Amino acid sequence: MSIKFNDTQMAEFKRLVDRYPQEYQKSALIPALHLAQESFGGWLSSETMDYVAELLSIKPIEVYEVATFYSMFNLKPVGKYLFEVCHTGPCMVSGSDNIVQYIQEKLSIKPGETTADGLFTLKTVECLGACGYAPMMQLGKHYREHLTKEKVDAIVEECRKNAAINN
Amino acid sequence: MGVKLLLENAHIEGIRFYETYRKHGGYRSVEKAIKTMSTDEVVEEVKKSGLRGRGGAGFPAGMKWSFIAKPEGVPRHLVCNADESEPGTFKDRYLMEFLPHLLIEGLIVSSFALGSHDTYIYIRGEYAWIVDILEQAITEAKNNGWLGKNILGSGFDCEIHVQRGAGAYICGEETALIESLEGKRGNPRIKPPFPAVKGLWGRPTVVNNVETLAAVVPIINMGGEEYAKIGVGRSTGTKLISACGNLRKPGVYEIDMTISVEDFIYSDEYCGGIANGKKLKACIPGGSSVPILPANLLLNTAKGEKRIMNYEGLSDGGFATGSMLGSGGFIVLDEDQCVVKNTLTLARFYRHESCGQCSPCREGTGWMEKILHNIEHGKGKMSDIDLLWDIQSKIEGNTICPLGDAAAWPIAAAIRHFRDEFEWHVLNPEESQKRNYGLAHYADKIHVPVTA
Ligand SMILES: Cc1cc2nc3c(=O)[nH]c(=O)nc-3n(C[C@H](O)[C@H](O)[C@H](O)COP(=O)(O)O)c2cc1C
Ligand code: SF4
Ligand code: FES
Repeated sequence: MSIKFNDTQMAEFKRLVDRYPQEYQKSALIPALHLAQESFGGWLSSETMDYVAELLSIKPIEVYEVATFYSMFNLKPVGKYLFEVCHTGPCMVSGSDNIVQYIQEKLSIKPGETTADGLFTLKTVECLGACGYAPMMQLGKHYREHLTKEKVDAIVEECRKNAAINN
Repeated sequence: MGVKLLLENAHIEGIRFYETYRKHGGYRSVEKAIKTMSTDEVVEEVKKSGLRGRGGAGFPAGMKWSFIAKPEGVPRHLVCNADESEPGTFKDRYLMEFLPHLLIEGLIVSSFALGSHDTYIYIRGEYAWIVDILEQAITEAKNNGWLGKNILGSGFDCEIHVQRGAGAYICGEETALIESLEGKRGNPRIKPPFPAVKGLWGRPTVVNNVETLAAVVPIINMGGEEYAKIGVGRSTGTKLISACGNLRKPGVYEIDMTISVEDFIYSDEYCGGIANGKKLKACIPGGSSVPILPANLLLNTAKGEKRIMNYEGLSDGGFATGSMLGSGGFIVLDEDQCVVKNTLTLARFYRHESCGQCSPCREGTGWMEKILHNIEHGKGKMSDIDLLWDIQSKIEGNTICPLGDAAAWPIAAAIRHFRDEFEWHVLNPEESQKRNYGLAHYADKIHVPVTA
């Protein structure tokens, strides 16, 4: 994949930069990294980070130090579908351990691992602000809440179907 | 039914969109403020209302506004803190998801009062879909003349921008948030200087919570004095509580800060009692950072009076026998829950979220997690409990930002009130792997000494 925003992505990048005073363009770094991660395969390679640095006229190190600080930036490739299951207190008392366990068994991966077919990555994460609708996980842009084993089955099925359509 | 000022219209279909919101009285406060009031008068109303910051610290909003420096020729900024990452807290999300225009309306009035021409909403990165909701509301507001240049012919210009974070609890701390807005790591700054003097890009800045800024709307509409009549004492107005854990009806509720904790948990208007007919064991009433209380001290104060759901009520007794209202994240544990395990997940959370600048916080949170992990897994020693106490006491008050305190308090409170549950884990390493300590004596009637 060549690392270069297409026209739509570039227009979005410009919109992000325009929100800040001319001399403080660096403020667009985090939104720009989100855009880059979405545009280039769901993770930030050093090539991607260097590209963002160049666009914002800052040093690559300024990008690396930010990318490594924030948990939403993936510094390694991840599966096509990233299951981020919350396991902080309120979710834990509402049964998140069982959900994590069930996903592990179902997909034969541990937290932090990706399935051999590259489709699924499981990650345990800290509170996502959905504590009243626990157990829950983030999948892409949206939350999946009130999780049960049946719901997990349906989500996995849905992902497999979507992956088949997109191939 | 208690008074509702924020969520009154939340159930109306289509209230997320401009037309419906406007039809139900939306944007009146902007008209009133911009057309009939001076900026100082708006600040004065907020002062009179007694509104206290809803992000957790409870600092009076009007007073904070009056501190903003106004050097000649330097732009000022209002920043809305929508980072909402304190475990147990999900009220700002509810407001933004269902009533985005209420926040935008509050932001316009507040920006007017503070003289902020570019106002930023810093929202936690995971709330990705809410960014779209907010941006749509901003576009609608702009198309209808509430934002942009020369609003209502007043000469006041204002734009609101939404910026996503990227997963870091510490960016909820206002100076870390500002660093993050500047495109840096979320390392809190040493204060002073305070943001009111030197904030975003070195300019005077006010950072307020989503709910605080939304509350400015009813304050301007009804007047600060009327607002202050709701509630009791220094707990004025209404507060959103996000209730979670083992409740029959978890969710976001607006309370007028006059009800008892007992009513809040058990009445059908609110949480409807404990789920599955279980008994209440413990509760963290104001977000994960505030002290956990056993059932008996939660429902009643040490003096044996009913505990009230407000700033003063929840903190009655100090840390010895009370807690805090905090962010309003109300976490309930039933009789089947293990306080040690719950404390361990919180310790892990704070270790994960420490920015690493101060050694007591960086090292201390790691140690505490390790020790708690051992105790929880049947490998703890009696001396570990004292060691935990010692570590937390050395973090508290010795760090750049309050995350250190926030990590220390939950552990101190768990040991203070549930020490025998920790000891039971140490003394019964095998049994504790198979069953929980249970309700024990934590809901027993409190002994109130008779005084003359
Ligand atoms: C570690 C930490 C995390 C915080 N997280 C939040 C948050 O997510 N949202 C928030 O409004 N305030 C948060 N705060 C409080 C802010 O620093 C600040 O006091 C608040 O945004 C001020 O707004 P208010 O006065 O309207 O409450 C946090 C503070 C600390 C120390
Ligand atoms: S107390 Fe912790 S989070 Fe706060 S500045 Fe120090 S190390 Fe960072
Ligand atoms: S604890 Fe899981 S979403 Fe808050």
